[in-house]
Amino acid sequence: MTTQSVLDKQSIVVLSLLAAVAVLVPVLNGLAVPGSALHLSDHLVPLLGKYICFALLALSVDLIWGYCGILSLGHGAFFALGGYAMGMYLMRQIGPRGVYAHPVLPDFMVFLNWKDLPWFWYGFDVFPFAMLMVLLVPGILAFIFGWLAFRSRVTGVYLSIITQAMTYALMLAFFRNNMGFGGNNGLTDFKDILGFPLQSASTRRVLFVLSVAALGAGYLLCRWLVGSKFGKVLVAVRDAESRTRFLGYRVEHYKLAVFTISAMLAGVAGALYVPQVGIINPSEFAPANSIELVIWVAVGGRGTLAGAILGALVVNAGKTWFTGALPEFWLFALGGLFIFVTLFTPRGILGAGQGLWERAKQMLGSKPSRSSFSGGGVVP
Amino acid sequence: MSAPVTPTLLYLDDITVSFDGFRALNSLSLAIDHAEMRAIIGPNGAGKTTMMDVITGKTRPDQGTALFEGSHDLTVLDEAAIAELGIGRKFQTPTVFEMHSVEDNLLLAIKDKRGPFLTLFSRRTTLERERIEVLLERIRLTAHRYRKAGELSHGQKQWLEIGMLLAQEPKLLLIDEPAAGMTDQETADTAELLRDIAKTKAVVVVEHDMTFVRDLNVKVTCLHDGSVLAEGSLDAVSANERVVEVYLGR
Ligand SMILES: Nc1ncnc2c1ncn2[C@@H]1O[C@H](COP(=O)(O)OP(=O)(O)OP(=O)(O)O)[C@@H](O)[C@H]1O
Ligand SMILES: [Mg+2]
Repeated sequence: MTTQSVLDKQSIVVLSLLAAVAVLVPVLNGLAVPGSALHLSDHLVPLLGKYICFALLALSVDLIWGYCGILSLGHGAFFALGGYAMGMYLMRQIGPRGVYAHPVLPDFMVFLNWKDLPWFWYGFDVFPFAMLMVLLVPGILAFIFGWLAFRSRVTGVYLSIITQAMTYALMLAFFRNNMGFGGNNGLTDFKDILGFPLQSASTRRVLFVLSVAALGAGYLLCRWLVGSKFGKVLVAVRDAESRTRFLGYRVEHYKLAVFTISAMLAGVAGALYVPQVGIINPSEFAPANSIELVIWVAVGGRGTLAGAILGALVVNAGKTWFTGALPEFWLFALGGLFIFVTLFTPRGILGAGQGLWERAKQMLGSKPSRSSFSGGGVVP
Repeated sequence: MSAPVTPTLLYLDDITVSFDGFRALNSLSLAIDHAEMRAIIGPNGAGKTTMMDVITGKTRPDQGTALFEGSHDLTVLDEAAIAELGIGRKFQTPTVFEMHSVEDNLLLAIKDKRGPFLTLFSRRTTLERERIEVLLERIRLTAHRYRKAGELSHGQKQWLEIGMLLAQEPKLLLIDEPAAGMTDQETADTAELLRDIAKTKAVVVVEHDMTFVRDLNVKVTCLHDGSVLAEGSLDAVSANERVVEVYLGR
């Protein structure tokens, strides 16, 4: 914490693991002989890619919740908006190959008897523009929302409630057909991205590697933010907001900055998620989704960054297993896990593991180190 | 009422604050000069902390004037702006950033640009490093610089908070009950530290501990029911009949 090295121990571990995954998954899928024990089947690649996107989303939540104490229960909205921006690009890529073979309009618009493309769909056929929107739409919404909320000093549970209201309102809006985003079916039937077919195994491998790269870059960005003096101010706000004000810091500016950055990260996660799962619909705005992703962070270990990644991967792998084996028990398992973590390991899996590690080291007689894992740390 | 001719550093006049009809401050007037140290005493609930809340922008008065350096109207500025003007504050219960190291607590307090973009790209300068060294020495926490502030003893936290206050380089320091929970030795040391600080800065100290106030050896203001009851040397104030009444109960 005090000596600023280029990369701390945690970052080296996280980045090495991500690099290994980025190599192993495509290799085991593309090069190993199908049917052999080492082969990773085609449907697993986008599934793992989905987990990686969730990990990036969890990271964005940890940045604001773990380090600045802003408990957003509406972050799924920023994820979904990034996803919709990507989905709009993918829709326009379909071109005349839709069921109705309209040269410009996506199928759902033809179905609704629309004659022209709505103005807000302009430009989404251009990839760089769509990618800009992936960042700007969630970013601008977060900025406006944050400006109103933080300026009037809405904090704690009140803030959480209005973020829930925000994502709920967006869900209702996106469900409406005349919003122009495909109503409750959302956007789907995508064909290709930048000319590469989405169904092909090689495109999926590339999307997977890109997702891992985005997660790595997002992690580094967050690490840099929380390691700077800016990050120290965030932790100060989290632990003693009014003290920070009396030191002369405009707390609302800090919250606004970090909230906006976090929303943009969530948007990127959503944009990478959509081509891998092949659909985006209004259910992504469901308030329950946003609550669930806060649970990932809590389970992994809040205020550590690495914990958010770990939590998202573990919980989602568990979810996949449960929904296959015991679908009706998943929500109980999730609730139980959350209660267990809150009661017994308030610092999450990562914190518990780290505690054991420190104790083991002490028993072996070495000095307790000032571990880099603690990051900003969270008062349990 | 017009502003005084030679601006005092802090000028409060006719300040009233009510909470649901209860007057925590009742037409309070007070003036603090440049490089003056003032001790504020008064029974529990007299309004001492509320007065500091008004000066630092935490509480808006219902009426009255609060001027800093004769021209800055404290009743319209927010906490951050008032801090930037040069008013620093130590809270009644020590409030440090528990999860940050002692050193980082000082780093956050040190006078510097406060905007998010500036802190994002700021690097610790040699000058800042030296300032922190000196401060650590002065508040006797050099040996504890890497420890989390939350692990410090109560007295050490009080000193760390005073250190943070000094790091801000304010013109006026508001110090709420610095001796609370301290041993006799720590209390005496704190009085000495404050006397030293007061050589160059204006200091307002709220304290219940009369030995401590006597150690400070400065002009005393006694508050009661939200207004000034008596003002003068400690001996004069404690000889005041109304003060005696208030302290001993009627
Ligand atoms: N936010 C508030 N809401 C309602 N009443 C308040 C509030 N803040 C202070 N008061 C009341 O105002 C009065 C003055 O409080 P204040 O904290 O200023 O007293 P004090 O002189 O600092 O006392 P102490 O010596 O106990 O610290 C008290 O009666 C208190 O209960
Ligand atoms: Mg008080």
